[in-house]
Amino acid sequence: MTSPSVVAEIRDVSLAYRKVRALDAVSTDIPAGRMVGLIGPDGVGKSSLLALVSGARKMQEGTLSVLGGDMRSARHRQQVCPRIAYMPQGLGKNLYETLSVFENVDFFGRLFNQDRAERETRIADLLRATGLEAFRDRPAGKLSGGMKQKLGLCCALIHDPDLLILDEPTTGVDPLSRRQFWDLIDRIRAGRPGMSVLVATAYMEEAARFDWLIAMNAGRVLDTGAPEDLMARTGTETLDAAFIALLPEDERAAHKEVVIPPIREEDGDYAIEAGGLTKRFGDFTAVDRVSFRIPRGEIFGFLGSNGCGKTTTMKMLTGLLDATEGTAKLFGKEVDPQDIAVRRRVGYMSQAFSLYGELTVAQNLDLHARLFKIPPDDIPGRIGEMVARFDLGEVLNSRPDALPLGLRQRLSLAVAMIHAPDILILDEPTSGVDPVARDAFWQSLADLSRNDGVTIFVSTHFMNEAMMCDRISLMHAGRVLVSDRPAQIVADSGAETLEEAFIAHLEEATGETVTEEAPEAAPGAPAPHEPASGPATFGLRRMLSYAMREAMELRRDPIRAALAVFGSLLLMLVIGYGINMDVEDLRFAVLDYDQSTVSRDYIDQISGSRYFIEEAPITSSEDMDRRMRAGLLDLALEIPPDFGRDLLRGRDVEIGGWIDGSNPTRAETAMGYVQGMHQSWLMSGMREAYGPAAVAGDFGLELRYRYNPDIKSLVAMVPAVIPILLLLIPAMLSALSVVRERELGSITNFYVTPVTRLEFLLGKQLPYTVLAAVNLILLTLLAIFLFRVPFTGDLTVFLLAGVLYVSAATAMGLVISAFVKSQLAAVFATALGTILPAIQFSGMVTPVSSMEGVSALISRAYPTTHFMTISRGAFSKGLGFSELSPALWPLALSIPVLIGLGALLMRKQET
Amino acid sequence: MDLGNVFHLGIKELRGLARDPIMMFLILFSFTLQITSSANSASETLNHAPIAIVDEDQSPLSLRIEQAFQPPFFTEPRRIGWNEMDRRMDEGLDTFALDIPPDFQADLLAGKRPEIQLNVDATQMAQAFSGAGYVQSIVSEEVSEFLDGYRADPRPPADLQLRARFNPELNGGWFQAVMGIANSVTLLALILAGAALIREREHGTIEHLLVMPVTPLEIMISKLWSMSLVVILGTLFALVVMCNMVLGIPLQGSLALFMLGTALHLFATASLGIFLATFARSMPQFGIMMILVLLPLQVLSGAQTPRESMPELVQNIMLIAPNTHYVILSQSVLFRGAGLDVVWPQMLWLTGIAAVFFVVSLRSFRGFLS
Repeated sequence: MTSPSVVAEIRDVSLAYRKVRALDAVSTDIPAGRMVGLIGPDGVGKSSLLALVSGARKMQEGTLSVLGGDMRSARHRQQVCPRIAYMPQGLGKNLYETLSVFENVDFFGRLFNQDRAERETRIADLLRATGLEAFRDRPAGKLSGGMKQKLGLCCALIHDPDLLILDEPTTGVDPLSRRQFWDLIDRIRAGRPGMSVLVATAYMEEAARFDWLIAMNAGRVLDTGAPEDLMARTGTETLDAAFIALLPEDERAAHKEVVIPPIREEDGDYAIEAGGLTKRFGDFTAVDRVSFRIPRGEIFGFLGSNGCGKTTTMKMLTGLLDATEGTAKLFGKEVDPQDIAVRRRVGYMSQAFSLYGELTVAQNLDLHARLFKIPPDDIPGRIGEMVARFDLGEVLNSRPDALPLGLRQRLSLAVAMIHAPDILILDEPTSGVDPVARDAFWQSLADLSRNDGVTIFVSTHFMNEAMMCDRISLMHAGRVLVSDRPAQIVADSGAETLEEAFIAHLEEATGETVTEEAPEAAPGAPAPHEPASGPATFGLRRMLSYAMREAMELRRDPIRAALAVFGSLLLMLVIGYGINMDVEDLRFAVLDYDQSTVSRDYIDQISGSRYFIEEAPITSSEDMDRRMRAGLLDLALEIPPDFGRDLLRGRDVEIGGWIDGSNPTRAETAMGYVQGMHQSWLMSGMREAYGPAAVAGDFGLELRYRYNPDIKSLVAMVPAVIPILLLLIPAMLSALSVVRERELGSITNFYVTPVTRLEFLLGKQLPYTVLAAVNLILLTLLAIFLFRVPFTGDLTVFLLAGVLYVSAATAMGLVISAFVKSQLAAVFATALGTILPAIQFSGMVTPVSSMEGVSALISRAYPTTHFMTISRGAFSKGLGFSELSPALWPLALSIPVLIGLGALLMRKQET
Repeated sequence: MDLGNVFHLGIKELRGLARDPIMMFLILFSFTLQITSSANSASETLNHAPIAIVDEDQSPLSLRIEQAFQPPFFTEPRRIGWNEMDRRMDEGLDTFALDIPPDFQADLLAGKRPEIQLNVDATQMAQAFSGAGYVQSIVSEEVSEFLDGYRADPRPPADLQLRARFNPELNGGWFQAVMGIANSVTLLALILAGAALIREREHGTIEHLLVMPVTPLEIMISKLWSMSLVVILGTLFALVVMCNMVLGIPLQGSLALFMLGTALHLFATASLGIFLATFARSMPQFGIMMILVLLPLQVLSGAQTPRESMPELVQNIMLIAPNTHYVILSQSVLFRGAGLDVVWPQMLWLTGIAAVFFVVSLRSFRGFLS
């Protein structure tokens, strides 16, 4: 039993992703009512642990109890999930980019079953407290990193959780926003003293403010305790140092303090100069009149948050982007994006790891060496040099994807240096790298600068890295706030640390302050904690919440919306016009050696038919050969000399005919036409000669083509194509809607909120079913008015069956979504998984009664079969409710079966 | 333009492709199984067509007719009453219903020329049309065999010797297999070139390329040549090994001429792939776009059904699509053995389309990068 002072009890918890062990027998207690920090570099298992505690991820080994119950029990999770809030890692990972600030929070409010009045009060409170009021209607995707995280917090706090779990909430956020964020948390905690907060962070400065820390490395807990205790135990001054001291012996051994010798004063030779550099995207100014000069051999740092213009500035300096205004100079020469030569003097390492994962380390180095035009003879030597310098010898034949992050960064640096550039431009090179590897990386930079005279221009959001630069610029919202030596900046602003100095500059620039809110605005304080209505019952509001959100997102995604609205129509047009089996306008010509009235009569009856068009007569057999090869003739006839005379004399005569067989179906039909006309010509000749009795057969066979007397292929095809189209695209869209959430990560909201599987699936399905019903009407109109397919039956029954059918189709998409991982796979799996069986088994090509065994079974179970019967019956056969109802029932039954199957296959936790 | 860069970047694309199992599978599948299965799907012979017989005569002849319908062409004929016929056809249970009137045999022998009625469910396109002919000839055959000895057939005064050229046995598999190749070429050129660009964007390597001394033109051409090379080799394999050796389809015409046409078509289609990829924000979006672009391209190109049967407007619009010309070209060269003197207009069209697509897509590629 968990003691009240412990919010989570973790015992021997292990977690593996395939072969990789993320957590290795972790045991620890997380104290309640405190601010608890998980510290350690990326990939040590912090996020995995948080996901387990929040219930988002499925337990593998060990025991875990959170808020007094076993997290393996689905019932307990269902009970406590309204008391837990989880904000996953990544800026805005649990948000919906196209939804506005208000819509995002509102969505979460509905998930927790709050009524409109309650939601509006709470949202107003939260937005005021976080300073997001002014941005109520801005789409989440257009917020800055800091604002996104505040919005994420609003969404997490909408239901007054007892346990707040934040996974690296401030990574990539500027220091002011970071400070504001933590102050906000402090105020909320002051208002709700009982709330436990569990935070993972990569910033040691932040962690120092927490009540309790859990230091992790390689899936294990190194140590736990208050920050002061950890430092005291290791005898270190900073948490960074304490953490390194806690590392196992062999990892620690690799660590060396970074030593950067003082820079030699140069004679005013500038490597990089920016003068009034400005970049505008539309009416948005990304970089605003930035100026600086970087002397040769200096390490120059750009410090600022995500989206403040660091990357854009760097891109302008490298010629990746044209400046809107101002000048950028490298080595005193203006940057010209067309000038390829200047690029050979620059090495660039972009923010995202950008080497080719599909090439080996050696191949990557080789490719870059060649692109930079290093003479082929020098390449092996140069690669050897890089390999030695950055210690890559052991991994030459591995692929970068398989390497640890620290090593990959070194490889990136080696690639950027392969052509011995004079300038290195590094965009946040160390994000996510552990402290030991980071220090090693900076040592390499120092050597390059001091020994090789390379000018290094680096951007970062780590203060301790900025302190290692010779000079830095503080950047915010596209502007440089100040530019100087780091120590000077600290001294000038009268602050103690660079972070405080930066915050002071930010406050000055933006007019905001850290404590802009009066404490009474703290949200959540007075709200009594009422458990939301039982999640066990079906929540219409939660379902509609998902449906509304899905509809809004679809409306704002042009490509998916186009597919949803016009996809079926476009395909119908294409198929209607494209797949036409009617064979007409066959081109024929005759090589007439006879030239008699009889032969002319023979030719005339062919050219008189609507199937054939007569072309200029053939002059010789060479002419026939040439024209047939060129595809100018579908039929060539040769009438022998004396044809007419011989025929009258009753001698054997033979007409030769050649048909272009390159398209056999067409050729076969054409042959049928010619044979038929030949026979009827003979008949009419005999009738003239001997009277009607001679040609009367023994019996007559009356052929009645029912439902489509003119045997038009459109009339037969369109009613059969509608069911196929209404299956393909609706199923694809509903499958995508689920898989998309999984791929983007917002599925976590489904894992950690009280939404049930059924509510989730029905909510996702609803908008697509409505759209598909609209498509049904449009397709029907298209069939009747454009393709002129007569509609002879009961329209109401047809539309009713259509709505049932599209519900089944979207449900089928939900079932498919359980089996695919990526959106691309969803597109192709639905295309193959619906179309093939639909064409094969629905009776479209082969009637159901022709099928035997398994095919017949599948056919009877497949919803398309029944709608196909109804569509044909209603369009062509003039049928009404009584005749069509046997097909309606199986259709109606398939919907609950498919949705039930989808819900069974859906997991409420990540596995 | 630096040919060295184009070459090295292209080699990089090929290495990347070799490591992409899904694309490799797609290529392999498209040029092997896809071809054989298209060839086999062509058999349009009647298979288990459901037939019912209303036998109002109950004579030896009507029994004889009934027994003539046998699997695999037809199902065992079902004897039904006259009043059941409409309902069963409405429900789609029978495609054919043959109504033999009372006293059929007697009337026939008396020379009264009795009428048999054949009802065909014309909503079942494929079965209805090929089947109706079969039913007619089966009935005629049975009747005339029954009557044999009573009367001799008059000899037809003139004979029509019809032969099919280029595919004497009208083997549908030939057509389907070769058109299958044309479809594979279009599909792969679009997807490979587009995916090559999106892969770079998703991995963030495209920016990296741009700071290096390479131009957008070089990047684009390197993708075009490498992906085209893969498809060209696949096409050769599919034609020579799969079609000619495995399926035994005789190939007319000059292989070199066809491959030249293929290269032009690839250049145009791969450019189109890159153009589309600059609009897609991600692989999934590209996948959706493919559904909307590829299907019309293939269905309306003339590879499925003859171009001549399409409305004039559609035919004219489809002149912009490279694969329309490619389909014409492959039919002319591979089936009819046509030479450059015949297919020069298609070559000209393809060259023009390729040039326009290339320029447009280079422009949008440049825009995409900045």
